Amino acid sequence: MKTIISGNEAIALSFEDSGGVFASGYPGTPSTETLEEVARLGKVYCEWAPNEKVGLESAIGASLAGGRSLATMKHVGVNVAADALMTLTYTGVNAGLILMAADDPGMHSSQNEQDSRNYAKFAKIPMLDPADSQEAYDFVRTGFEISEQFDTPVMLRTTTRISHAKGIVEPTGKIQPKVGEWVKNVPKYVMLPNFGKIKHVEVEARLLKLQEFAETSPLNRLEMGDTDLGIVTSGISYQHVKEAFPTASILKLGLVHPLPEKKIREFAGKVKRLMVVEEMDAIFEEQIRAMGIGVHIGKDKISFCGEVNADIIRAAAGAPITTGTAAPVENLPQRPPTFCPGCAHRGLYSILSKLKVFVSGDIGCYTLGALPPLSAMHTCICMGASISAAHGMAKVNEIAGRTEKPVAVIGDSTFFHSGITGLLSMAYNGGNALVIIMDNRTTGMTGGQENPGSGQVLQGEPAQQVNMVDLVKVLGIHNVVEINSYNLEETEAAIRKGLETPGPYVLVDKNPCILRYRVKKPLYKVAQDKCTGCRACLKASCVALGLTASGEKPKVGIDPNICNGCGVCAQLCKFDAMSEV
Amino acid sequence: MKVFNIVIAGVGGQGVLMASKVLAESALASGMDVKQNEVHGMAQRGGSVISFVRIGDQVHSPVVMPGSADILISFEPLEALRYVHYLKPGAMLVYNKGTINPSTVASGLATYPSDVEEQISGICGDAHGIEALSLAQEAGNAKAVNMVMVGSVLKNLPIDAQVVEGVVKALSKDKGVEVNLKALRGGAAAA
Ligand SMILES: Cc1ncc(C[n+]2csc(CCOP(=O)(O)OP(=O)(O)O)c2C)c(N)n1
Ligand code: SF4
Ligand code: SF4
Repeated sequence: MKTIISGNEAIALSFEDSGGVFASGYPGTPSTETLEEVARLGKVYCEWAPNEKVGLESAIGASLAGGRSLATMKHVGVNVAADALMTLTYTGVNAGLILMAADDPGMHSSQNEQDSRNYAKFAKIPMLDPADSQEAYDFVRTGFEISEQFDTPVMLRTTTRISHAKGIVEPTGKIQPKVGEWVKNVPKYVMLPNFGKIKHVEVEARLLKLQEFAETSPLNRLEMGDTDLGIVTSGISYQHVKEAFPTASILKLGLVHPLPEKKIREFAGKVKRLMVVEEMDAIFEEQIRAMGIGVHIGKDKISFCGEVNADIIRAAAGAPITTGTAAPVENLPQRPPTFCPGCAHRGLYSILSKLKVFVSGDIGCYTLGALPPLSAMHTCICMGASISAAHGMAKVNEIAGRTEKPVAVIGDSTFFHSGITGLLSMAYNGGNALVIIMDNRTTGMTGGQENPGSGQVLQGEPAQQVNMVDLVKVLGIHNVVEINSYNLEETEAAIRKGLETPGPYVLVDKNPCILRYRVKKPLYKVAQDKCTGCRACLKASCVALGLTASGEKPKVGIDPNICNGCGVCAQLCKFDAMSEV
Repeated sequence: MKVFNIVIAGVGGQGVLMASKVLAESALASGMDVKQNEVHGMAQRGGSVISFVRIGDQVHSPVVMPGSADILISFEPLEALRYVHYLKPGAMLVYNKGTINPSTVASGLATYPSDVEEQISGICGDAHGIEALSLAQEAGNAKAVNMVMVGSVLKNLPIDAQVVEGVVKALSKDKGVEVNLKALRGGAAAA
């Protein structure tokens, strides 16, 4: 039966239909819904790993034990899992293994734009690049076949518009999962130098075989049309090409590594102008040029940055673009995301903002504390970096004779992902930073996924729950204090104490994410006779707050449909104008 | 059928995605090809959301380009103004007149323009504002604003209203069926 589903849902469904046995991964937009859907469908075992490296390594184990396995992650997650990947390419697999990497060109919700096709080249493994939900479905099945036939991990790469866009999918029938043998094979799976040397030779030979496969595989499809313009493309770019030039000749690549050299040469020979359309890096173009084939239109006309669309492609080829478009209205108030009304992060940031400390930040909802009016985060590099970077800062401050202590802010999921090792280093190396762990017992930013601190697994069933304070202590941190960041006065005192006390100092806030746990608190209201219109409360950056009228000194009101009673605005008010309803 | 481009705009939490789902499922149920895609970045936290539904005989890209929407449905006036340039010349806009402050306005960093509706009519000659919140409340739930908005454009879509009603019924739970259908019809009557 035909259904309309997203690329992520299609991958999950196909994983189940293609005999999948084990799936693991770590949340990250735009990959997250894949594992959630495997769990919702409910037939195949799946789990959240604390980070992508653990997820991939668990999938490797599952493959070695004979089960078809899947590891899901966003593009930057592949960096975390790369250590495993770069040697997994040597060992190969037992049962099929797919690594799904979801790229985010245009950075809809990521810290960088990173083209995962580089990893397929780097690891010398095959990569599939679906162009819609149906292909996402089909390519999982094909991916397992390639993985087993060539004894290699396979990367399945999506982009945001493939992962999240919905299209019609017709499933192709179910394969019953079967678990193969669990074999000991030292030369294949123990990568000591002597075995590794042999394996490297095999990896190079495998790549040549895959190249031959690419030449004849229907994954790479010639669509001959008008021969004035011939376009080599893949993935979502293919769809944009079809919009821009419906009658052009196209070489649509489904297997984007290794490339079919003969097929490309043959195609180039048939068309007058060869164009390469790819988002982000010039992966195809560089390789095609290295084959000695001329590319007439490519990255000289299409940016390395952001997404591609039909008009960008038309313009690059010198064709007219969409006309009659009104210009976007300028200078409208932006509508950036901010903490949910009632979120515990708000209280913490109003204090950090007031104290004007240097905040070494991390990735999560709490990163929004970097935006005005709070403006209280000064670095955000990658998951886990808050603590290790704060440690480095503190060491240099010490060398420079500066007395200011840096503050690291990190969420629970991020702490489990890669903050623990940073804190271990700080304890071990005698660091001097204040670390604040916002333990809201969920992975909030990506939509509220379970983690080792939430007491639930992916399916929602009860699980072992790590005790944050105990965990911090066992790393060698002696000063660990629980705080309640809804209470500004107490929290400020705790932060000041942490800043004054020499050595590593950790504060843990355990208020749950109000969105994930649907916490409803009593509403607040503003006494209009007491409000002076000073706007001190607006610093809370809460969308429930608003000015009640225009004019000289309008007063503040609280929208009862939006307020979730955290009381932070009331504590910022110097005139006692706000109270519970 | 040539591809018909629908753009739905709003604020995180308003049910833009559910409205998109209703239209996409309705297109599928009518035997058409369809692609639906939204950019929601971090929209759950009060950000702006824009969603595309493209229907026709064969749809390639899930993205609607500025200047090519056949209809824009906006759940909030400022968001209507933000995305009005997505419309084709002469195409139609229906927006909910109820405003929601962006965080920049709530924190005093910006002011909500007082002439949003005038600006909209200045750019789009076929713009219609409706009181979606009160219609949703009349139907029994303030959250049904999204169904009111879908209802308000029903007669302008290349999909049969009966099919849409069927999809809404199938996607709603228990008491929601009655509320959503009432909201859908209320929107249709108001337009
Ligand atoms: C390596 C990597 N994996 C995944 C992500 C996606 N991601 C961004 S924030 C986040 C987790 C945030 O959870 P938490 O630290 O608990 O903070 P909260 O959002 O709940 O405040 C994730 C998984 C990422 N940016 N980088
Ligand atoms: S999702 Fe949770 S952690 Fe994120 S802003 Fe909302 S309440 Fe805060
Ligand atoms: S209006 Fe005040 S009490 Fe209500 S959620 Fe916002 S900051 Fe908290």
